[in-house]
Amino acid sequence: MIGTASEIVVSPAQHNRVTLRRTLISCAVLAAALLSAIVLMSLLGSEQLPARASLCALASFGTSTCGLTQDQFDILFQIRLPRIFLAAAVGGSLATAGAGYQALLRNPLAEPYLLGISNGAAVGTMIALVFFGAMEWTRPILAFTGALAATLAVYRLARGRAGATPERLILAGVIVTTFLSSVIVFVTVLMDATRIRSFTFWLLGDLSGTSKALLPVTITITIVGALALTLHARSLNLLMLGERDAFDLGVEVGRVRIVVFVVASLLVGSSVAASGSVGYVGLVVPHLARLSLGSDNRISIPAASLGGALFVIVADTVARTVIAPRELPVGAITALIGAPLFIYLLRRS
Amino acid sequence: MLEARDLTVSYDDRIAVSDVSLSLNTSEITAIIGPNGAGKSTLLRTLNGQLSRSAGTVLLDGEPIERFNRRSISRRIAVVAQEAELRFPVTVLEFVLGGRFAWATHSGWGWETERDLHVAESVLRETQLTDLSARLMNELSGGERQRALMARALATEAPILLLDEPTANLDLSHQATLLRLVRTRCDQHRAAALVVTHDINLAAEFADNILLMKHGRTVHSGRPEAVLRPEILQDVFEIRVLVDAHPVTGGPRVTPVHEKLI
Repeated sequence: MIGTASEIVVSPAQHNRVTLRRTLISCAVLAAALLSAIVLMSLLGSEQLPARASLCALASFGTSTCGLTQDQFDILFQIRLPRIFLAAAVGGSLATAGAGYQALLRNPLAEPYLLGISNGAAVGTMIALVFFGAMEWTRPILAFTGALAATLAVYRLARGRAGATPERLILAGVIVTTFLSSVIVFVTVLMDATRIRSFTFWLLGDLSGTSKALLPVTITITIVGALALTLHARSLNLLMLGERDAFDLGVEVGRVRIVVFVVASLLVGSSVAASGSVGYVGLVVPHLARLSLGSDNRISIPAASLGGALFVIVADTVARTVIAPRELPVGAITALIGAPLFIYLLRRS
Repeated sequence: MLEARDLTVSYDDRIAVSDVSLSLNTSEITAIIGPNGAGKSTLLRTLNGQLSRSAGTVLLDGEPIERFNRRSISRRIAVVAQEAELRFPVTVLEFVLGGRFAWATHSGWGWETERDLHVAESVLRETQLTDLSARLMNELSGGERQRALMARALATEAPILLLDEPTANLDLSHQATLLRLVRTRCDQHRAAALVVTHDINLAAEFADNILLMKHGRTVHSGRPEAVLRPEILQDVFEIRVLVDAHPVTGGPRVTPVHEKLI
């Protein structure tokens, strides 16, 4: 890990201390980009919509059709926008959770999908689907329970004396993932054959089945979760350096650990319940945030939340347009980008 | 300032520290020496409230340490231990500012104040790290990193310093530099320091008091001249030693005598 200074090129951003001003500016830029993405991506799709009229209708917040036909209007407001908002919530949730797990496990490779935490949430969601199919609200609750159980399992398995080494962390992830995968197979057997195909898609991360009832819940959890972790950013900065150091410097390690466990599991649970396991978002986005803005969680967590939303909106637009009118699961696109980055990070550590 | 009375600490069924009492006073460095497994680090971790004890009391400013919350303990006691491996890029300045956490008005959120920055700058100067403050921690040499660790502890402005083998892995000049920083803190800021070390001669040179431990118990404690006597050391370390006067300082100098040399 130790290199000579002249060989390592450090971005100037890392030299500047993180201040409130820099955080606010970065977040404002990302928020503006997110807003533009929401508008632009809603114009793209298998059905061509007239751009000018669509922008006009969006600007009126749906109060005026601006000359769009009823079908076009419905495509824009009933299909595309809810899906884009879900993509934003899922991306924001997963990236925030990833940043949280990375600080907690002291390892930039920690990611909800790779650690099997998404699988835990998937098992919970499936149990809700099979046994309480009519009660939609049970899905995020059981998904949260599953994610929390998987988080605790990974944490217990991965944590060594020196924090989670990459090898230990990945092994813990493999163990939890494979175990839960076999549980998923068992539950799948209980489903009827017609649902299995849509189910396989969902497991890979699929935003096409946006549930209107759950959308506000997912969005709320994303915002509350991102705020909760951001408000613990200073503690997480020290936790990232080691639990013992953090304790010595005044962090109530036990309490902060519980906050991250619960909040990150809630974020993963609600996003998996809504969209299945979209992989690698929690790895790619926090990494990019740290690379461009530095490791200080006061800036990297809110930036990862906004960046994650942006990333999944774009990835999902690719997923639904690249072979239109057919669709790919968004998880296939994020994995295509994330897996090579994971290999790169692993080689570097 | 910090006092332990009849401290006993046990892990499961093994007793690590048994009936140890000590008291740290202003402007004094106390060194704990003893063979591996004597309970030195355990004792240090208990004084800081990290390990729970099975008997005895720890008094901080005359009050039981349980009465203080985590952050107020960290404003009074700073710890320098072997550094943990860093897996995230952190600059030296960011690292040192970590020492200001306990002074923040809110425990999780907030920004460093002007005063925090001022303190960080002054400890960076004190540890001669000013020029390196923008560098990443994992670019530093071992000696520089240990100094950054020391700088972070000094940045807490805690009047009590607990150091767990701070000079292990350091060369001769860095060992002296580090202990001189501790000495300066004690002399100029009326701080008290406790140093766990394996280096008996370094302890003899820098410490005002020495606590000699074996099997979790205090074997001897007092001034270096009183503790570092051949018959005592021979008994504790089970090796023949020669103790003479240091030609420059006049303090005790300990040299192990290996059997094959005789």
